[in-house]
Amino acid sequence: MAPAALLQRLTWLPAVIAEARAETPQARTLVLDVPGWPGHRAGQHVDVRLTAGDGYQAVRSYSLASAPGEQPAITVARVADGEVSPYLVDVARPGDRVEIRGPVGGYFVWEPAMPYRPVLLVGGGSGVVPLRSILRHHRQSADPTPMRLVYSVRAPELVIYREELQAEHLVYTRTTPPGWPRPAGHIDQGLLREVAWPPVDSPLAYVCGPTAFVEHLSGALLDLGYRAGDIRTERYG
Amino acid sequence: MHVDGNAAAGLLTQVFARDMTGAHGTCGSCGHNGPLAEAVVYGEAAGTVFRCPTCDNVLMTLVEAPGRILARLAGLRWLAVPI
Amino acid sequence: MPLLMGTVSRGFSGTHFRRPGPELADRVPPGQYLAAGFPVLTAGTTQHIETGLWSFTIRGGRAEPRWTWDDLLALPAERFTVDIHCVTRWTKLDTTWTGVPLDTLLAEADHDAAFGLAVSYGGYATNLPVAEITGGKAWLVYLYDDEPITPEHGGPVRMLVPGHYLWKSAKWIRELWLMDEDRPGFWEQSGYHNFGDPWRQQRYFND
Repeated sequence: MAPAALLQRLTWLPAVIAEARAETPQARTLVLDVPGWPGHRAGQHVDVRLTAGDGYQAVRSYSLASAPGEQPAITVARVADGEVSPYLVDVARPGDRVEIRGPVGGYFVWEPAMPYRPVLLVGGGSGVVPLRSILRHHRQSADPTPMRLVYSVRAPELVIYREELQAEHLVYTRTTPPGWPRPAGHIDQGLLREVAWPPVDSPLAYVCGPTAFVEHLSGALLDLGYRAGDIRTERYG
Repeated sequence: MHVDGNAAAGLLTQVFARDMTGAHGTCGSCGHNGPLAEAVVYGEAAGTVFRCPTCDNVLMTLVEAPGRILARLAGLRWLAVPI
Repeated sequence: MPLLMGTVSRGFSGTHFRRPGPELADRVPPGQYLAAGFPVLTAGTTQHIETGLWSFTIRGGRAEPRWTWDDLLALPAERFTVDIHCVTRWTKLDTTWTGVPLDTLLAEADHDAAFGLAVSYGGYATNLPVAEITGGKAWLVYLYDDEPITPEHGGPVRMLVPGHYLWKSAKWIRELWLMDEDRPGFWEQSGYHNFGDPWRQQRYFND
């Protein structure tokens, strides 16, 4: 991060929804026009603030889905009984305004030059969003670092970024597509042994998803021999 | 319901004027040392509460008031900030 | 819910909270919104305390009385309806609770202390002058809407002091410490007001 950026005061920036794209029946990607957007790193997020006509405000944190150099975009999954996500998934349309604070976060971030170490990305549900940013950045920067994604999702119709993630390892926990070689179930030790880079290669792991998923997966990676300091985690509740 | 320190990155940046998710804190209770990103964070409360992932001790609270953020860091023995 | 006005997002209305109409000005304190549901706020892990293991002790008086769940249920209870106000700016009207007035319990402690600190399972604590939790102003409650209080809302037994912001109504109550000197609790040490009167908007420490 440039020294100037360190001292930059973090303020709410007005943003306009430029594009809304349905990913699944429950999730939508919103591309944002943010004048003065300083650019972001893969894996960072933004805080989004909504203001109602009566002055009521709500703030939520969302991972950026786009790669560095692209327009900021977020992918939002509808949370049952939520207040902000149903608005962003079902109501908001291009031209509508929100406010953005960010980009923020520097821990769950990947950069091409970093380590020359293989990278394992493990996402559960919409935990795949920041990993998609990392994967996209990796592809666009033609970085030779080996990178692989394991994406755990409940059912085929809930897979987001379907086209882009075809070549990655999808794990269905409830329902599989017809003829899928693996029965529905959670990511287990056997699968990790198959697809995760072996610990001898000093891999880095990025694990993102619901709290229980992250706890389970970081435990499984430790059992496999990954070093605790090489597993970065992000939990969204 | 809790999340982790990543979700509080924006608030932390408001307070410290830099990214703090990679800063390492040492728990004043059990001595566990780790990045703030890995702290257990309760955000749906009167303030944002950071707890030690090992012993549940309250490391830090951040309360957003109009025009100021009230930060209490009494549960941290050390805070190592990368420069 | 910050205070600054921002850009209005078309079509966004708080589905969970709304601004009260002027007819409710004497019911809803300044700066508060009406909650549609019953939001759950917690500064730590939700405590799951079995009623058989729950007890309540008052410390610091000449007697240190203790009640088990069965002891509490055997005491004369009151069923009452009050409005509750959370410092995060929501108010819920007409909530009905059943429990034992703290007066009944404090009478057993034989004390002349001026301050109380409510201490919860899980380590939460909150303070109030004894004058604010006596005289029919505070209860230990075990039913909400005639049903057992869920762990998320502080069951099996929580304190209820509706005259103050809701963080003063300790969930999962375990003890009350009686003291000659005031001793700030969890949020009171973290920037919130020591007294917390919603009608005077005593939210933060020097409000």
